[in-house]
Amino acid sequence: MDNLQAIMPMLIVTLAAAATMLAESFRLKDERMPLGGLGLIGLVGAAAASILLWNRNTTSFGVVQSDNFALFINFVLVAVGILTILLSSQVIDREELPAGEYYSLVLFSIAGMMLMAAATDLLLIFLALEVMSLAVYVLTGIRRTDAAGTEAAFKYFLLGAFSSAFFLYGVAFTYAIVHSTRLEAVALAVAGRSDVSGPLTWLAVGLLLVGFAFKVSAVPFHMWTPDAYEGAPTVVTGFMSTGVKAAAFAAFVRVFLSSFEPLRGEWVTVLSWIAVATMVVGTVVGVAQSNVKRMLAYSSIAHAGYLLVGIIAGNASGKSAILFYLLAYALTNVGAFGVTALLATRERPRGDLADFAGLWHSRPVMAALMTIFLLSLGGFPPTAGFVAKWYVFGAAVQEQLYGLAIIGVLTSVVSVFYYLRIVVLMYMTDSRAEYEPPRLTATGLATLGVAAATVFYLGVLPARVIELATRSIDTIF
Amino acid sequence: MSSLLSLVIFLPLIGAVALLFISNRDGERDGLIRQVALAASVVTFGATLALWRGFDPMGPEFQFVERRPWIPIYGIDYYIGIDGISLLLIVLTGFLTPLALLSSWGSIKKKIKEFSIFMLLLEAAMLGVFAALDLFLFYIFWDAMLIPMYFLIGIWGYDRRIYAAIKFILYTMAGSVLMLIAILGLAFVHSSATGNYTFDLLKLYELKLAPTTQMWFFLAFTLAFAIKVPLFPFHTWLPDAHVEAPTAGSVILAGVLLKMGTYGLVRFSFPLFPEAAMVFAPWLAGLAVIGIIYGALVAMVQPDMKKLVAYSSVSHLGFVVLGICAVNVQGVSGAVYQMLNHGVSTGALFMICGMLSDRRHTRLISEFGGLKSVVPKLTAAFMLITLSSIALPGLNGFVGEFLILLGAYRWDWRFATLAASGVILSAVYMLWMFQRVNYGVVTNPKNEHLPDMSTREWWMLGPTLVMAVVMGVVPNLFLRPMEPAVERMVQRVQAGQTRTVRAEPGAAGTQAFGPADPEARAPRP
Repeated sequence: MDNLQAIMPMLIVTLAAAATMLAESFRLKDERMPLGGLGLIGLVGAAAASILLWNRNTTSFGVVQSDNFALFINFVLVAVGILTILLSSQVIDREELPAGEYYSLVLFSIAGMMLMAAATDLLLIFLALEVMSLAVYVLTGIRRTDAAGTEAAFKYFLLGAFSSAFFLYGVAFTYAIVHSTRLEAVALAVAGRSDVSGPLTWLAVGLLLVGFAFKVSAVPFHMWTPDAYEGAPTVVTGFMSTGVKAAAFAAFVRVFLSSFEPLRGEWVTVLSWIAVATMVVGTVVGVAQSNVKRMLAYSSIAHAGYLLVGIIAGNASGKSAILFYLLAYALTNVGAFGVTALLATRERPRGDLADFAGLWHSRPVMAALMTIFLLSLGGFPPTAGFVAKWYVFGAAVQEQLYGLAIIGVLTSVVSVFYYLRIVVLMYMTDSRAEYEPPRLTATGLATLGVAAATVFYLGVLPARVIELATRSIDTIF
Repeated sequence: MSSLLSLVIFLPLIGAVALLFISNRDGERDGLIRQVALAASVVTFGATLALWRGFDPMGPEFQFVERRPWIPIYGIDYYIGIDGISLLLIVLTGFLTPLALLSSWGSIKKKIKEFSIFMLLLEAAMLGVFAALDLFLFYIFWDAMLIPMYFLIGIWGYDRRIYAAIKFILYTMAGSVLMLIAILGLAFVHSSATGNYTFDLLKLYELKLAPTTQMWFFLAFTLAFAIKVPLFPFHTWLPDAHVEAPTAGSVILAGVLLKMGTYGLVRFSFPLFPEAAMVFAPWLAGLAVIGIIYGALVAMVQPDMKKLVAYSSVSHLGFVVLGICAVNVQGVSGAVYQMLNHGVSTGALFMICGMLSDRRHTRLISEFGGLKSVVPKLTAAFMLITLSSIALPGLNGFVGEFLILLGAYRWDWRFATLAASGVILSAVYMLWMFQRVNYGVVTNPKNEHLPDMSTREWWMLGPTLVMAVVMGVVPNLFLRPMEPAVERMVQRVQAGQTRTVRAEPGAAGTQAFGPADPEARAPRP
């Protein structure tokens, strides 16, 4: 039983997913069933388990470690999951999605994400990555009748499978060098030997890097992002842009800042260029988008760049900054996609920028919520986004990485331009008469309201969460 | 009361939150909302006056200090306090906001609730900027201020408002993010020197920086402030923002926001990086003098009176920067005085532009003419403000410009001489505009039946008229509270310089002479 402690959170989520699937199959044809409720129970259970495991640093089977780092990511994922499920019910009705499959896929992928953050073996990371990704591929194409959704899912799947292969190759080469896939064994071997530097090591590190860069959508491995984000149902986009990113970054940090830390000299230059390219492409190309979902896709690319700056800084505040950033970004981005999702109608599912025109006049509350999320994405105080950016760039400045920090802040000014484009449309242009945006439901309002309030809370009183993030990294590094 | 200063900052915020709860779906409670907003700002003004009453010029450097830990791990505190300079700017902010709100009663007709909320949020952020003694806190207020201003310009502005709003926010942000990096850098240098992080301004004043570090940080800070001032050649956002903003927005923009740039120079750029400041002061002063003359010349040929006033701001703020660059007591106190003057008289000029454009829906000078016989009271008020703006002795503008020129002359007579030509040019463009608008016969029939000043307009313009006279006749009322603060700033810059050049850390208090030109930089009040 002791062996199971560390995997309790993911176990609970998996059970909830299975229960949801079973419940769906026992459902009568026209019976309405609160399937999402099962998911919520599972997620709350996972959160409770994570709280109980806090500071205990338990290990299961030698390959899953629920240290505070993984648990912090669990909290982020639980928040993302709860927000997604609450926002989904309306969309599922509107788009006539299969509710049971939908919720269980969300839960399965969350289980995969949690496992990915806690895994301490490269092979297990790969397995978790696949559990997470397969569920997300299916979620992307869950609107089977929709050509764009299917196309997006197919693209995402093909490129994703490709990058998984890269990752697996990286694992294989690592095994060839150190004869183990356990992270601590890799760390020991890499730290202890002076002859590790060589073509084989480069291949191992490089291939793993490509695998991670793909999952966090860093340039030049970002090509799938805009298409997949645009084609997927908008709530799913919000889910995958935050959950997948959090899990992938968690594993990225674990692998590169502990096991491969001694090889820092080998990968830090490459990663710096990737970060610069990611920040620049994410912001500059984002300016030219006319669809909100594509625009937010590029914004998520840019944010991946800022997170990479935290990895490159690699110091204590860089690591805790990544945790804080992931939390802030998750709440904000799920919120922004949530508003976009709730604004869509059956006739206009795409989220054209023009649909936001004059929203302030017809739906002032939604416009205000969207503005809060956009300002946070743009990094304005007093929102979570500002503290997150301040934290990451502060870590970079500590390591004297002034160049990266300056590129970071300047690109975030560019990104402000496109975030404000939506604000301009909402507040400063007249609405188009023929389009009546749907009303906000009570659940939607409550969910988004809580997200917005948390965004402010993290922006005004971040001390407690910063402290949690700081303590989260003590255990593993 | 120990938390009076916090109260001043948060009163407008409380007002804004209260407004949020007044339902006003179809504008049926516009009147109530206007009154609540005005009341909130008047109470805030009263509280700023209470600050002034409780302020002891001879007391400790920073008063009404409040300090609470905020993000302890990184040494960030909620740390506020005021000296004489920030006190006066806080009072100015409190003074102008109710007037700006009043000025909007005639021109803002839609979405009054949101307008008032943004105005009050803006006021809170501005007050916070002047009170913050922690650099992190300062930056939060500094950046937070952009959002309400952006909405004020973008929603309630004139035709090209969206362009102007975006230009305003992007320009200002581009400058301030580099300052953010410099702030982080400062905290980092402090932690590597002493082992702990701090964003405490007073502790960072003590920090000894290498000359190159100083230079880069100075440039990063100063770029942010120069854009805000705006110093030539970073001024191009200003005419757009001013012309497109609603009257209330222009009043606040010119009256308070621009002062944040010059306040930043006085509070941060110069004392934090004294050595770099001395290296760059002549360059800054050069740009300031170019701005003085260029702004005046461009103002002269503007057909639109709001644009004319906007360019005149470039010129006037050039004087302020020149005074700061002189780093002597006359120059700096003149600069601070001129900040107040410019707030009062340019604020009033924008209100007058607003009043004329409310009446005629145009701001082109050529559309007017002969207003003296139609609206004699308005013309008289206009006259007084015009004279104050061109620094007629006996009115406020004179004191500031005189002190600045005196200070500049003691530093480097060439800058003073060139800047003095700006005084003459300002008389040319202001009087010429005044003459074209008010004198002569009424040529445009639309002008024949304009209404004269209403009671509300007296209430909004009157206080500025009184202040223009009071500040011209009894300047000591304002110079006395700021004097110790100005002396400290001058000493800090010069001592810091001595300290780094001669490596004598103990010389701060006793040795007040700069190394290069002791005669010119001696702080003799």
